[in-house]
Amino acid sequence: MMQDSRQSPPRDPLLKVEHLVVEYAVGGRIVHAVSDVSLEVARGETLGLVGESGCGKSTLGRAVLQLRQAVSGRVLFDGRDLTAMRGDSLRKMRQRVQLIFQDPIASLNPRRRIGDIIAEPLVIAGVENPKKRKQLVCEVLSAVGLDPDLVIGRLPHEFSGGQCQRICIARALVLNPEFIICDEPVSALDVSIRAQILNLLEDMKARFGLTLLFIAHDLAVVKAVSDRVAVMYLGRLCEVGPSEQLFASPAHPYTALLIEAIPVPDPDVRPAESMPVGEPPSPIAPPSGCRFRTRCPRADQRCTDEAPELRLVAPDQFAACHHPLIATTPVAPGSNSSAGLGSAARSLRA
Amino acid sequence: MTETTLLSVEDVAVDLPTPRGNLRAVDHVDLTIGVGRTLGIVGESGCGKTMLSRAILQLLPKKAKLSGRVMFDGQDLAQLDPERLRKLRGRSLAVVFQDPMTSLNPVLTIGTQLIETLQEHLELDSHAAKQRSAELLAAVGIPAPEQRLAQYPHHLSGGMRQRVAIAIALSCEPKLLIADEPTTALDVTIQAQILDLLAREQRRRHMAMILITHDLGVVAGRTDEVAVMYAGRVVERAPTAVLFKKMHMPYTEALLAAIPKIHAAPHTYLPAISGRPPDPTRPIQGCSFSPRCGYAAGLCFGAKPVLTVAESLDHQFACFHPIPAPAGVDA
Repeated sequence: MMQDSRQSPPRDPLLKVEHLVVEYAVGGRIVHAVSDVSLEVARGETLGLVGESGCGKSTLGRAVLQLRQAVSGRVLFDGRDLTAMRGDSLRKMRQRVQLIFQDPIASLNPRRRIGDIIAEPLVIAGVENPKKRKQLVCEVLSAVGLDPDLVIGRLPHEFSGGQCQRICIARALVLNPEFIICDEPVSALDVSIRAQILNLLEDMKARFGLTLLFIAHDLAVVKAVSDRVAVMYLGRLCEVGPSEQLFASPAHPYTALLIEAIPVPDPDVRPAESMPVGEPPSPIAPPSGCRFRTRCPRADQRCTDEAPELRLVAPDQFAACHHPLIATTPVAPGSNSSAGLGSAARSLRA
Repeated sequence: MTETTLLSVEDVAVDLPTPRGNLRAVDHVDLTIGVGRTLGIVGESGCGKTMLSRAILQLLPKKAKLSGRVMFDGQDLAQLDPERLRKLRGRSLAVVFQDPMTSLNPVLTIGTQLIETLQEHLELDSHAAKQRSAELLAAVGIPAPEQRLAQYPHHLSGGMRQRVAIAIALSCEPKLLIADEPTTALDVTIQAQILDLLAREQRRRHMAMILITHDLGVVAGRTDEVAVMYAGRVVERAPTAVLFKKMHMPYTEALLAAIPKIHAAPHTYLPAISGRPPDPTRPIQGCSFSPRCGYAAGLCFGAKPVLTVAESLDHQFACFHPIPAPAGVDA
C-alpha cells in the first residue's frame, strides 16, 4: 500500500497502527467502527485525526491504548506490539501513553480532591514516598498554570471547565509520558478558553517533548496544532498528509467537503452554496466499495465495486480515492515538479 | 434604516434568584430587528444570550424577574394574557432550539407533532394538515416525507431531527424565527446544510430571524447585523460587515483573534483571552470585561461603559478605550 519509493523515509515512528480493525456488536449487529486503518505517528510529531461523529476516530484512539479490543491488526508503540501485551507489561507500557478526554468535568471524580486525583497515577505506578508524590503533583500543576497551594485541597466542582481541563492535562503529564492521545480536548470549551488550552497543549508538548495524537471534529482546531492530518470517514482513512498541504490542496473529495463546510469568521467569504446533500450512512451497513461514494459528487461505478486503497498523490500525501482532486500523473523519479508542496512539507517538519 | 421594526427589546433585564444570590442574566439590553432581517447574537456560554431569547419568547423560568419591554409586531408581549401569547408563539413567533432530541416529543410521531401545530394555529382539517406537513418536510429537505410522518424522532439522525424541528417552526409562516444554537449539536457538514436551509427559507418567506450562536464563523456570512454579548450586556452591535472589519470593542477583537484560522500555519500561537468570564452572581463594578482586557485602565475599573454610537448610527459599542478603526479600511 504505502510502499511507493518516492515516500520520504519513515521518520522514527513512535506509534505505528497496522491494518487495525475494531468492530463491536450493538443489538446483535456489527458496527464496523474502524476498518483496516494504518497510520504512523513520528516521535515529536502531532498527528491530527479528524472526522464527523461516528467515523471511528475515538474508537481508534481507545484501541491504541487497548481500551478497546481490536479484531485484527497491530498497534506498535516504540516497536512493541500492544495488542499482544497483557497484564503488568501492558500496564507498564500505558504509563508512557496517556489520554485526555472531551468532557473535563466528567473525567474527574467529583468526590476526590485535586491533589489526590493527580497523585493517583503515581500511586499506581508505584511512587511510594508521599512527599515525592506531592512534589511531583505541585510541579505539574504549576506547569499547567495552576497554583498548587490553591488547588490541591479542592474538589472538581469548584473549578470551571477550562480549569478542569488543565487539571486533566496535569494528570496526564504527571507520569512524564511520551505520547498523549487528546480526544476532542477543547470541544466542550468556550472560544476564549479553547485558545488557552490549545496554547497550553503546545507549550506542554515542547516542554515535555511529547508526541500527540489529536482527535477532533473541528478542522481549524486540528490544523492549528497538527504537523500532519489524517481524515477518517465511516471507519476508513480517506486521506493523510502534511496539514498545510492537505488544507491547501485536498485530494479526497471528503476532505474538500469538510474544509468547505467550516464556517469562516469573515463576512466577505460567502458560505459555499452547494453542499453535497445527505448524511453519513450507518457504520452497521457501510456502503460497498468506497464508503464515501453515497455523498460524493465524483462517484461512479468503480467506486461501488472497488474499495480504493491509500495511494500517494503528492509528496507525503496519501488519499484513498479513485478520482482524487489532485492529478496523480506519475512524476519522473528525481524530478521535483511539486517543489512548492515539497518545501511546504519540509518546512513543517523543520 | 427605514425598515419597519418587527421586534424591539427595550431595556430588558432578567434576574434569577439562586442560592448564591441574585444572578443578573440579562443586564438592560436594547435591540431591534426589522421585518425580514437577520440578527446574530454572539457570545460565550453564560453571557445571557439564551436568557435573552427566553425573555423575548416570554418563556423564562418561573422564578425569573423580567423588567423592560418586549414589543413584537406592535404588542407588548409581557402584557399579553397567556392564551393570546400561546396563540402568538408557534404562529408568528417561532423558535428552533439547540438539541432537536429534547425539543421534539419522543413518544409522538413526526406527523402528529407537525399536524398538531398546523391544526392549532391554522384551523386546517386533518387531510389538509397532513398534506401540508408532507410539503413542509419536503421543503426542509427530508426525503420520502409521506413515510417520515409516521416515524418517531428516534428513527431520525440528529440533522434530520433538526430539519423536522425547523419544519414545525416554519409551519405557520412565522414573522420571526429565533434559532438558538441550531447547529451546535451537529457535525460540520450537516451544520452547513442546516444553515443553508435556514437562510433559504428565511429569504423565501421574508421572515426575520435571530440566530444565536457562540461561533462568529456562523454569523459572518449569514446575518445582516450582529450583537456581541458579554456578561449579560450587549457590548457591541453593528452591521455584520462593519463589525468584522471595524470593531471597536476589545472583547469582539479578542473573541475573533482567539479562533484558530484555517489559513494560519500550524503551531501558530493563538492570542487567547486570559482569565474567564465574571461570576454573574458577583457583579463587577466597572466594565465586566476589564479584568481580561488588554486596554483596560482607570475608568474601566470604576464605571460601566454604556453603548455609544460609532461612525454610523447602526454601529454601537460599550467601551471607554475603543479600538480605533484600522487605517486603510474605508468607511
